[in-house]
Amino acid sequence: MSPMNVMVLAEHTGKQISEGTYELIGAARDLAAALGGQVEVALFGPRDLAAQLGAADRVLSVDHPALAEYLPQAYEVALTAVLAERSPRLLLMANGTPGLDLGAAVAVGWQAPLAAYVTGLAVDGGTVVATSAILGGKVLAELELPGERGVATVVGGAFGAEAGQADAVPEVTEVSPPAGLDQLAMSLAEVTEPQGGDVDITTADLLVSVGRGIESKDNVELVQDLGDALGVPLSASRPVVDAGWLPKTRQVGKSGLKVKPRAYLAFGISGAPEHLEGMRDADLIIACNTDPGAPIFDVAHYGTTVDLFDLVPALTDKLS
Amino acid sequence: MKAVPDLVEEIELTPDETDIDREYLKFVLSEWDAQALEEALLLKDASGAEVVAVGLASDPDIDQALYTALAKGADAAVKLSGGPEDATATGVRAALLAGYLAAEPADLVITGVQAADDIDGQLPPMLAAHLGQPHVSVVIAVEAADGGVLVRQEFAGGRTHQLRVTTPAVIGVQAARQAPRYAPITRIRQAMAAGGLREVTAEPAAASAAPVVRRMYRPEQTSHAQMLTGSADEVAEAIAGLLRDRGLVKG
Ligand SMILES: Cc1cc2nc3c(=O)[nH]c(=O)nc-3n(C[C@H](O)[C@H](O)[C@H](O)COP(=O)(O)OP(=O)(O)OC[C@H]3O[C@@H](n4cnc5c(N)ncnc54)[C@H](O)[C@@H]3O)c2cc1C
Ligand SMILES: Nc1ncnc2c1ncn2[C@@H]1O[C@H](COP(=O)(O)O)[C@@H](O)[C@H]1O
Repeated sequence: MSPMNVMVLAEHTGKQISEGTYELIGAARDLAAALGGQVEVALFGPRDLAAQLGAADRVLSVDHPALAEYLPQAYEVALTAVLAERSPRLLLMANGTPGLDLGAAVAVGWQAPLAAYVTGLAVDGGTVVATSAILGGKVLAELELPGERGVATVVGGAFGAEAGQADAVPEVTEVSPPAGLDQLAMSLAEVTEPQGGDVDITTADLLVSVGRGIESKDNVELVQDLGDALGVPLSASRPVVDAGWLPKTRQVGKSGLKVKPRAYLAFGISGAPEHLEGMRDADLIIACNTDPGAPIFDVAHYGTTVDLFDLVPALTDKLS
Repeated sequence: MKAVPDLVEEIELTPDETDIDREYLKFVLSEWDAQALEEALLLKDASGAEVVAVGLASDPDIDQALYTALAKGADAAVKLSGGPEDATATGVRAALLAGYLAAEPADLVITGVQAADDIDGQLPPMLAAHLGQPHVSVVIAVEAADGGVLVRQEFAGGRTHQLRVTTPAVIGVQAARQAPRYAPITRIRQAMAAGGLREVTAEPAAASAAPVVRRMYRPEQTSHAQMLTGSADEVAEAIAGLLRDRGLVKG
């Protein structure tokens, strides 16, 4: 057993390994090469999913009824057991729900430092160095994970997925389910799939998107007028949806929908990493934000700091 | 509850570039903590829970956030001290809150899923690990149920799981079931005049391992947007032109 291995926690829907998992395996391949170790993937639940993990050197499989779907405590018990058994140098998790939910708890239990919101990973003279995007993407922090172990929760899209996919058959090691899985303080009551909506923002050629800069529900009408003039649907950042100003089906981003229109117009959206995850691949991004330091300008092709309350009506005028 | 820099402000770094310079920044309550407070108050409205708002005394303007919580309906507010002066790292905060909760246990701890400035992990799971309690984060609804709570946990694309969780437990809230309620300024002033903050000093638990900050920097703006300047009308014309060139608008 080598202490220089890089372990990845696999995420899946029960049938399909997530895109984010492949991104992590790709990153883990480079890190393991630099550390002189191997890539191991912790797979909880259906063992046959190992067939989709060909880019791993080894799959550590724990199969138990409590692990059929993601269940925080069950995953934590299983992950803790696998970490104790394998002692990897580094554990990578996607910064999605399992990463946000488990990462810091597992780090405390495993006595390892954690780097959150990671967008870059490297080995520098034997030390693992993570780059972390904080303050809504306005600042990057370079963090060392010294010692024998570390955890990194990695932002979606930070690494390509191709390097994490291969048509090979990995070695599968079965790890016996820890006793803790039979004494959990929580259980799954219900799974709800997202509901389809009035419009499908993922198929639109052009999207007019609105963020918290719009300030109120009444003001959303101003942007709706522009959408109407262009004949395209409105999309939004999460706070606009959480406030109830637009339905959940319009939300772009990590916990909403991924869109790739030919053009994306962003009004009053700061460009937090969770939002960028959903729209950074649009062919053309035009952003309006009064803050010249807003991170949205780092992904936009064109930008303006003109006030949206002046720009939107002017644009509606020109396009009606 | 945590006070974090207002992200609309320009963020400066300290001279040694290993931290952000907090001296001249404006601080606001972390938006996810505002959501967490709302969910706690909804739980109180529905099942008569007693809500205690807890903030760290070392956070800038935390009094304002605590008085606002009282004005919104929290039953008590605690201003917590103890531990290191610089308590921005999640690990340091989790250790102090764990010390406080060991002395004054709660049936349920509800806090924001994350804070904009946490680099060493999120508070809810870290606090739960210190307390040895179960936790669920990225939650969008919490209801009281027999022997515990029913919580709804959200996944990418809007898929959700409803979980039955035995209390005591720690919940990380992504969004409350409704937008945070508004506290009229007169009520906040009344709360301030009544001065109901309870100052508590706690003995922090042993802090967990932490990463070492090498440096902080602003993202290089290599791919920075081409800026369109001029009047609103001129910028609108330029944008209309870009869309027309691509055949995205008629005319
Ligand atoms: C687990 C998790 C999942 C998440 N998932 C998503 C997701 O799927 N999608 C998503 O969007 N977010 C998501 N978020 C939230 C994300 O972190 C940010 O909070 C959010 O994206 C910010 O939205 P915003 O840009 O509209 O608001 P803010 O960050 O508040 O930005 C508003 C912007 O408007 C500008 N502005 C203000 N007034 C004007 C004006 N008059 N004219 C022009 N500009 C103006 C301001 O300068 C500011 O930059 C998630 C967070 C978590 C923790
Ligand atoms: N409509 C909004 N616009 C901007 N910020 C908001 C809005 N709603 C909530 N917030 C954020 O949430 C925090 C707490 O809000 P509140 O407790 O409702 O006063 C504030 O510090 C704001 O940063």
